[in-house]
Amino acid sequence: MRAVFRHELSSYFSGVTGYVFGAFLLLFTGIYTMAYNLKSALANFEYVLGNMSFIFLIIVPILTMKVIAEERRQKTDQLLYSLPLTMTGVVAGKYAALLVMFLIPIGIISLYPILLSAFGNVYLPAAFSSIIGFFFLGAALIAIGMFISSITESQAVAAGVCFAVMLLNYFISSLADYVSSTAFASFAAFTALILVLGGIFRLMTRSGFASLVLTAVLEGCLLTGYILNSRAFEGLFPKIMGQLSLFDRFYQFVDGIFDLRSIVYFLTVTGLFLFLSVQSLEKRRWSE
Amino acid sequence: MIEVSHLTKRYGDHTAVSDLSFTIEDGQIYGFLGPNGAGKSTTMNIMTGCLAATSGEVKAGGHDIFEESRQAKRMIGYLPEIPPLYPDRTPREYLDFVGRAKGLTGKELDGQVRHVMAVTQITDMADRLIENLSKGYKQRVGIAQALLGDPEVIILDEPTVGLDPRQIIEIRDLIKSLGEKHTVILSSHILSEVQAVCQTILIISKGKLVACDTAENLEKLFAGTTTVELTVEASPREAAEILHALGHITGIRTEPLEDGQCRLLLDTDSENGDTVCRDVFFAFSQARRPILRMNTTRASLEDIFMELTSGQDAEGAGKKEADEV
Repeated sequence: MRAVFRHELSSYFSGVTGYVFGAFLLLFTGIYTMAYNLKSALANFEYVLGNMSFIFLIIVPILTMKVIAEERRQKTDQLLYSLPLTMTGVVAGKYAALLVMFLIPIGIISLYPILLSAFGNVYLPAAFSSIIGFFFLGAALIAIGMFISSITESQAVAAGVCFAVMLLNYFISSLADYVSSTAFASFAAFTALILVLGGIFRLMTRSGFASLVLTAVLEGCLLTGYILNSRAFEGLFPKIMGQLSLFDRFYQFVDGIFDLRSIVYFLTVTGLFLFLSVQSLEKRRWSE
Repeated sequence: MIEVSHLTKRYGDHTAVSDLSFTIEDGQIYGFLGPNGAGKSTTMNIMTGCLAATSGEVKAGGHDIFEESRQAKRMIGYLPEIPPLYPDRTPREYLDFVGRAKGLTGKELDGQVRHVMAVTQITDMADRLIENLSKGYKQRVGIAQALLGDPEVIILDEPTVGLDPRQIIEIRDLIKSLGEKHTVILSSHILSEVQAVCQTILIISKGKLVACDTAENLEKLFAGTTTVELTVEASPREAAEILHALGHITGIRTEPLEDGQCRLLLDTDSENGDTVCRDVFFAFSQARRPILRMNTTRASLEDIFMELTSGQDAEGAGKKEADEV
């Protein structure tokens, strides 16, 4: 794992990706700090981060697009498989290097509220809790980006899919407002989801029978639940959509709430997608 | 020592490797021969843990490549068909990474990196970006990578593909010198290469092992007939009359040439080759018909290869590749 970490980190520094990522993040932080804290003379640094969180839509794909996809394209993944390394170690090393690349600009950004406090009355706990929230949000998004990079061998596809996923997550809670909240609408939406899930399962396992059984069982459970207690379905789908939003969790930090549950939530998402990345690498060994 | 037992790999309905078993003993150079698509790369990928087998197992020094992958992989250095290089790094950085991944540190790491660069003669290129190196040097960096950690077995998948003739000879010499210290397994679809470098040859066709022996033994085993080819100053009819009285000849083909000469092809059993030559020599000299040229050809490894891999629609492919040499 340490070898992979060193290797990745040094390739970020010798390449251009790491610098572009850091420059973008610092540029936008600079612009927003200028606008909010200097021009409008607001003493709240958290608003800066709150309003610029869309920056992740751009920088996460830039940072993560090639992390695993490029290994596949260059066929260097064969080297990783043949070396005495575990896939968990490889993913952990790569992720750790990504985190360091993210932590460097975060470290610089952490100086801003301290600098600002020299000229006014900045409430530092709120500022730093939002920086912490910002970091954990980014960490979770980077893990998602890494997983997306692991399922393709094209950087461009990885970047595109990653951008789409980030965009969807960014707007998902706003979208939830437009979704009908009747019980039947939720039921229909879940049915559609189950069908999509069955389709994906069919694609991955190439077993028509198993995917039919899975779809039937899930749909059966859903239908039973709907018949037994249809009122529970009212507004359920939009509510779940809202819960999936990573960005909404971060806005709590901006509002001055340091919510440990949100940190746990971010960490869970991170862990889940790192796990999926490992599985994605392992799977290729079986079906290549 | 590597033991491969009952290895099978299926992709859906297609069987790439089927029930392959063999043992690689220490201190030899093994050649893995077969037409394209015979399952050479698949087998090598499974032996090095890059690919999971559908069934069967691979043990390196008694360690299962999947169960105890760390110990097993430390014993094996692998160069895949496409050298797994990072184009944006220099050979030195690249070898440093691979060395660390193989668990080397500090002075030992530096020493080994220096050593493998010297062995593969890439020291002069150590600080250039890999993407700017020629194909031959890239291949050397790939081999250097496999040598790090001083593994007992080095597996090279088609190490000379795409190189120019001079580079091919250099890489072959390198492989021979590696064979003095390590067990080397190399795959190739080029016969002369395997013949030139390897002591033991494994011929694989359609995912099955069809032969495993030394080159000489394979030739002995399969060389059923010898052909004596000669050019004489005689008409085909005269030649046929002279040969008529001789024994041991199982078939005669004649072909008239210009200036009253004639080309003859005489088939015989392999152990009677010399006898036939002697008889032919005296018979023609007695008839005062000079022999201008005479030589015997034994069934070559190429013929054996063709015979073993033919009838499995690999014939055309095998022939074409043999011609590439």
